[in-house]
Amino acid sequence: FIQRLLRIEVSLALKEGRISPTELCRKCLNRIKKTHHLNAYITVSEELALKQAHEAESRLSKGVSKGPLDGIPFAVKDNFCTENIKTTCASNMLKDYTPPYNATVVQKLLDQGAVLMGKTNLDEFAMGSGSTDSAFGPVRNPWSYEAAYREKSGADPDADWVIAGGSSGGSAAAVASLTSFFSLGSDTGGSTRNPGALCGVVALKPTYGLVSRHGLIPLVNSMDVPGIITRSVHDAATVLGVLQGHDVKDSTTVTDHPTPLTGLPDDFDPRNIRVGIPKEYHGPGLSQETLAQWSRVADMFEQAGFQVEQVSLPHTQHSIVCYHVLCHAEVASNMARFDGLEYGHRSDVSSSTEAMYAATRHGGFNDVVRGRILSGNYFLLKQNYEHYFVKAQQVRRLINEDFRRVFGSGVDVLLTPTTLSDAMRHTDFVQEDNRTRSAQEDIFTQPANMAGLPAVSVPTALSSRGLPIGLQLIGPAFQDRSLLTVAQWIEQKVGFAPIRYHGDAGEGEIRVDVLPSTPTVWEKNYLIPC
Amino acid sequence: LTVHAQIQSITKLFSGSQVRFQAPPNSLVSFFDASLPGTLPVLNRRCVEAAVMTGLALDCVINRKSLFDRKHYFYADLPAGYQITQQRRPIAVDGTLTYSHLGGTRRNTLITKSVRIKQIQLEQDSGKSLHDDRRGQTLIDLNRAGVGLMELVMEPDMSCGEEAAAAVRELQLILQALGTCQGHMDEGQLRVDANVSVHRPGDPWGVRTEVKNINSGRNLARAIDYEIQRQVGVLKNGGTVQNETRSFDRKSGHTLPMRDKEGLQDYRFMPEPNLPPLIVYDRPSTAPPCVHPSQVVVLEEVRAGLPELPRARRTRLVESYDILPEHSFTLVNEDGLTDYFEAVVKETKAGPRKVIGWVNQVLLGLLHHHSLSVSQSPVTPQMLAQLLNLQENGQISSSVAKQVFQELWRAPGKTAQQIIQEQDLGIVSNTTEIHRICQKVVDSHPDQVQAIRGGNKKVLNKLMGLVQKETKGRADPVLVRSILEEKTS
Repeated sequence: FIQRLLRIEVSLALKEGRISPTELCRKCLNRIKKTHHLNAYITVSEELALKQAHEAESRLSKGVSKGPLDGIPFAVKDNFCTENIKTTCASNMLKDYTPPYNATVVQKLLDQGAVLMGKTNLDEFAMGSGSTDSAFGPVRNPWSYEAAYREKSGADPDADWVIAGGSSGGSAAAVASLTSFFSLGSDTGGSTRNPGALCGVVALKPTYGLVSRHGLIPLVNSMDVPGIITRSVHDAATVLGVLQGHDVKDSTTVTDHPTPLTGLPDDFDPRNIRVGIPKEYHGPGLSQETLAQWSRVADMFEQAGFQVEQVSLPHTQHSIVCYHVLCHAEVASNMARFDGLEYGHRSDVSSSTEAMYAATRHGGFNDVVRGRILSGNYFLLKQNYEHYFVKAQQVRRLINEDFRRVFGSGVDVLLTPTTLSDAMRHTDFVQEDNRTRSAQEDIFTQPANMAGLPAVSVPTALSSRGLPIGLQLIGPAFQDRSLLTVAQWIEQKVGFAPIRYHGDAGEGEIRVDVLPSTPTVWEKNYLIPC
Repeated sequence: LTVHAQIQSITKLFSGSQVRFQAPPNSLVSFFDASLPGTLPVLNRRCVEAAVMTGLALDCVINRKSLFDRKHYFYADLPAGYQITQQRRPIAVDGTLTYSHLGGTRRNTLITKSVRIKQIQLEQDSGKSLHDDRRGQTLIDLNRAGVGLMELVMEPDMSCGEEAAAAVRELQLILQALGTCQGHMDEGQLRVDANVSVHRPGDPWGVRTEVKNINSGRNLARAIDYEIQRQVGVLKNGGTVQNETRSFDRKSGHTLPMRDKEGLQDYRFMPEPNLPPLIVYDRPSTAPPCVHPSQVVVLEEVRAGLPELPRARRTRLVESYDILPEHSFTLVNEDGLTDYFEAVVKETKAGPRKVIGWVNQVLLGLLHHHSLSVSQSPVTPQMLAQLLNLQENGQISSSVAKQVFQELWRAPGKTAQQIIQEQDLGIVSNTTEIHRICQKVVDSHPDQVQAIRGGNKKVLNKLMGLVQKETKGRADPVLVRSILEEKTS
């Protein structure tokens, strides 16, 4: 099945004429229709996608490819601005909002000839860890319909479907369900890595300042980064190479950045790599199976000759609370612009400007957003500012220093779980409110946002329920390339099985074994420059 | 005083939309200005330069590192729901504004004072809202939203309206000389709010009120003086002064409590996370090597490029032309007057001291009387220079010269020469004729002649006046005096 190919293989297939960009685009569009029940997409840009595919095709026929992403279908989380395509942030507030410009990252991908399938679903304004709080309904994890889940837990997917994780659940589901070859998410406290782990795909959070945020509707300006979701580490590296770089429109992007990735080295000596296992990440709530995977991969590292050691990040336990304070404060500030005056939802109340503002904001935002605005404003009050905001920033520095110290001592990469467990059933997940769930689920992921460090989640195995488990690697700032190199090593060794849909058999399409247990032919493919 | 000066720049503080006045509504609004989600601020180098220049001109300490903050409040003309400003660490602090005004009993003594500048900060201007009460709606124009402002905060070192007006005038002149702000209060380019409090000597400072809606230097003085009187009155009646914002009503000259716009606001200040700290470098060598020169502001270079400031200009005028400080104060204080003066001096053989009298009193008097600016003067420097030359040449007397000036003002198409010829104003040097007139006057005023012969020399002036009246001021006064003296001795 063509779509199960990794991007690079598809790229090759396009080049060799085994499939055309328009055929590929149509297949993905059909798949989107077929997987409609996942609710991964808010907007499907069918006309635009076909147009772009045609253009890619014409380029291909002339032999003038724009690069490794030319003709490749991708999806974008609906909090990135796309010119003339509705951008809703899954909120009533922007339900009919159409931006007049493209986010820088979107523009870069379009300039490379990638084909935009549509805008994916998320928790409203990226607030949540389940993609369950959207004005357009929750996202279902594609693995709910997978043979493994159904067989192992005897579940009925329509009643017992599991969450996709959040807040970039739609983007992860889109890649996992094979409707696009890569997607953009956003990551503020783990919003790309969390759904990546639960949906069994690779999810990268780049170093803060490496990728432009211009056009990404902000949640927390000092922590947000565009996230990259793919089916292989190599693909993530390719997309990062296209996206990274200083953007004059975003003053927080660095000017002296490392050279763009053109490929990852596979000839490193494991004996030179030190892997740290932070003891504080072995916390309450961590499922047995996730713990087992963590040990498994740590053992794999050790057996291969990596230096594996326990390290300490003593302020870890304080991170989530500080993250919440800073997050809510910035949210309160960032949401102040939504008043219905220049754009977006506007209530009919017109007795006074203030009354109009109040009614608009009440009607436009769900209670998660409103809750964060209220608490954020509370933290920013003059009498509270020192006690909450300043204190949280000070602790943030300590968290940063924990990482600095560990990496400074020679540790190259940290290995941790990504989430507490595999994906929860939706019915179980909604037993607790958004805030409680976020506090629980973000525990392993938000420290990397607090410190601005690169982190990647890699799927390692299926749980006893037949659902993916992912592990996280965290690296030093701007060492994204090295981080991905180690991630790729894990990917090659763990042999994570690809997604197989119930009822796939006998479709008569070309099948290619994507991840053989001995990665030889596959490794060679990676070295082909595109 | 809190002064908001609009920075003279091509584009806005954080976006590329243009800064222009009186453009069609909402025609100069970028995505960022309209607060479209996902847009980010990008700092305008020219605005930083303007703030640094202004800081240096006011002897401020320039903070090598300054920070940006968000100041939150909801108002229709503030699209983002917050203003980006510099609350924690502004670009410049601890400066001095030295100013002068003409005081004394005859208003011709130069009094020099100074007021401390607490800080100068960069911040965004808001849009404009126009209330359409008839239709019960408010119209918002965002052209001004995001224009760069320098907010200057002064310490309370001034004690009356006149001082405040003089301080603002000097600030205006400085900003105009620097080119960092055009400084027209009536166009909103320079906005001044006054904070006023009163206390008895020795007592702690009183509660202050803030007075807004002042659109000229003159109204600033009026508003402050009224407010001082009002507060004194309240306290004398046993009342207390409220800490409030009041609006100046120029028709009545009173300050009135403002409609409670914001109440006691908590602005919930927070660092602006999208802008890194603003670093200003001392010398080109201290700037980071990988950054393009167009991306850095270097103090040494800014300092070297500062133009002649009003203070220096006044000193130069005094030294070059040997005029009094009071004279140069007036010259620099009036837009264009210095240039006018220097142009006249260049083309006439009359000395600068003589020219000063004509420019500062005769010309300026007429300009003020007719509410004209120097550039609108019907008498050009060349015309005045010609007139003075005629006087210097002895062709006309000084009183005739004044007469001719009035004529030139009224009917500028003619030259001085023409007027003199037409009205036969040339100096009469026909001694026979003057003798005859003097004799006539002496003969008809025997009592005065008696008094002069008696020792009262002053009476001679009266006789001179009578002769001049006869000659319509055209007689050479020196000649007339000597003839009369001879005849009354």
